[in-house]
Amino acid sequence: MRSNVLRHNLLTALLLGPATAWLVIFLVLPFVAIAVFSVGERAPEGGYQAAFTLAQYANLPARATAFWNTMVLAPAGALACLVVAYPVAYYLALRAPERWRLILLALVVIPFWTSLLMRTYAWMYVLGGRGIPALLAYVGFEDVRLINTPGAVLLGIVYGYLPLMILPIYVSLERLDRRLLEASADLGATPVSTFLGVTLRLSLPGVMTGFSLVMILLLGEYLIPTLLGGGKVFFIGNALVDLFLQSRNWPFGSAIAITLVLVSVVVLIAANRISTRLSGARRVDLI
Amino acid sequence: MSKSYRDGLPINPEKFVDQLMRLKRGSIGRREFLGLTGLGIATAVMARELGIMPSPAFAQEGLGDRMSIATWPNYHDPATFENFQAETGVAVEVNVFGSNEEMLAKLQAGASGWSLFVPTNYTISTYKKLDIIEALDMAKLANFDGSQQDARFTSEGTIDGVTYAVPKNWGTTGFAVNTSKLAKPMTNWKEFWDTAMAEGDGRTMVHDYQLTTIGNALKYFGFSFNSLKQDELAKAEELLLKVKPHLFAVSSDYQPSMRAGDAWMTMCWTNDGAQLHRDIPEIAYVLGKEGGEIWTDFYAIPKDAPNKPAGYALLNYLMDPKVAVKEHLANGAPSTDARVNALLPKEVMDNPILYPAADLLTPLEFGAAATLTDPGRAELMARFKSA
Repeated sequence: MRSNVLRHNLLTALLLGPATAWLVIFLVLPFVAIAVFSVGERAPEGGYQAAFTLAQYANLPARATAFWNTMVLAPAGALACLVVAYPVAYYLALRAPERWRLILLALVVIPFWTSLLMRTYAWMYVLGGRGIPALLAYVGFEDVRLINTPGAVLLGIVYGYLPLMILPIYVSLERLDRRLLEASADLGATPVSTFLGVTLRLSLPGVMTGFSLVMILLLGEYLIPTLLGGGKVFFIGNALVDLFLQSRNWPFGSAIAITLVLVSVVVLIAANRISTRLSGARRVDLI
Repeated sequence: MSKSYRDGLPINPEKFVDQLMRLKRGSIGRREFLGLTGLGIATAVMARELGIMPSPAFAQEGLGDRMSIATWPNYHDPATFENFQAETGVAVEVNVFGSNEEMLAKLQAGASGWSLFVPTNYTISTYKKLDIIEALDMAKLANFDGSQQDARFTSEGTIDGVTYAVPKNWGTTGFAVNTSKLAKPMTNWKEFWDTAMAEGDGRTMVHDYQLTTIGNALKYFGFSFNSLKQDELAKAEELLLKVKPHLFAVSSDYQPSMRAGDAWMTMCWTNDGAQLHRDIPEIAYVLGKEGGEIWTDFYAIPKDAPNKPAGYALLNYLMDPKVAVKEHLANGAPSTDARVNALLPKEVMDNPILYPAADLLTPLEFGAAATLTDPGRAELMARFKSA
């Protein structure tokens, strides 16, 4: 009996070992290092110098615009993704012919096989002067500028993060019990109220998962604003890159990184709460 | 993974004995550790994917088969590295950077993996102070001839009589204008900034680089390019914030936008200006007559270079005037070496983009080390970008 328990515990430890080691080495240790950096000082030539001060945190308002831009961009980008993704997921899960479904799903996932950097670069050329504007000039619209505009950034975000939104919604819609839809219709509900009262409501966990997934990734986004926005709009991600690579103020960069992590955790908890409340008793654990 | 690039290097007798003694003492080696933990296979697979595993059959003795150089975009004739590999068996991996600060950050963090890199004049004293670059062993650079170098451009490579870096080329920072879009002739920085807010609205680019963007904003008021004075920087910031909404982009990678016609005017370095003008003649290169920046790029070897023999070999190869002349034709920046100038075609030496008239050169300033490391200017740039 006892040896069984022991063996069981040993097995558990063995099975959990790699994942725990992974978490400790790649998540906990860097986080600790960043936390230590964040209470230090910038060395005279840049970098980090040991100290204990909260001055970096007191300086956070100096990046208020970056925080504000990010706090607007992340939910707006996630919302834009949601608006585009929901109909796609709905079609895939409930309307698409069975034999097409796998192919259509693959089409959603395939772009993920190449790096976002490459795909965003491609958009630079499509939106740049030799791409769509050249076509527009051909039909008479001269000097149209698409690249380096807020619209280009939003397009890049929707394009880049769409699959992350489609897949969780698809999964929650796919699991939907069709008999509930029939029941709703039998009881006299219109298609619209069936959609709002049954389909949408039951897919909310997927929506919240997709929304928070995209939102958390967007909180750290810097590539798309740089490439498609021309580096004119500063996000937290851009502030971090600049602080580590340009002004080499590692302690300040670390303080911002820690703050960003805390904000992400708050977002996750809030998403959890909202999701739980909206979908009744069905709890979605995101963290 | 952090030191795996060393695996590609031939082991020397000292290291061999050192390893043997460690084995004898029974202290566990890295490989044994990796082997036991299973990380070894992962490292080996990754190393092969990344191309850092040796293929010793092609390696010239003592040089290893692979090295890495950190440099700037559009800066070399790609054939140079192919020819070097054909001659020595050493493949050169080229890492491209956008600013000296990024290079410094990478070197400061350690284990950059570079065996040669291309710092600009004002960074060298900082590198020396931080003790991260090598005092060059000139005996290994037979192709370098100091007497043929123009000292005006090359003095910052030598500190207290010790050579830490040898010059690649020099150049200026001006601006490029697409004259088919902006026909009004311009000759100074005041016109650059004013045009950015008028005819060039939404079509002007400035560098994502505090040194030049702040420096050239200072020139609007006639202040020094290197100014660290609070009141002068405040005026520059005011100008930058006023211009910001009119800009097309804040980016140091301006060639694609200029070539595509999205941007009509940009801050520009000599070599990019020469390349743009060569391919699109209506793009002109302008030096502000009130001054601005002059610079020299050097070659230097990091202290922790993983493959110093190959670093020296490539540096020596690049110092051969016959090789350097091809580099200059491809890259477009002027040479500091009289032997190279003698080999360059007449039309290159007569090109005013590359070799501007003396009255344009005289007011230009070399960037100062303090300008690069000043935290105040870094914050100003961040405020400008985040505005």
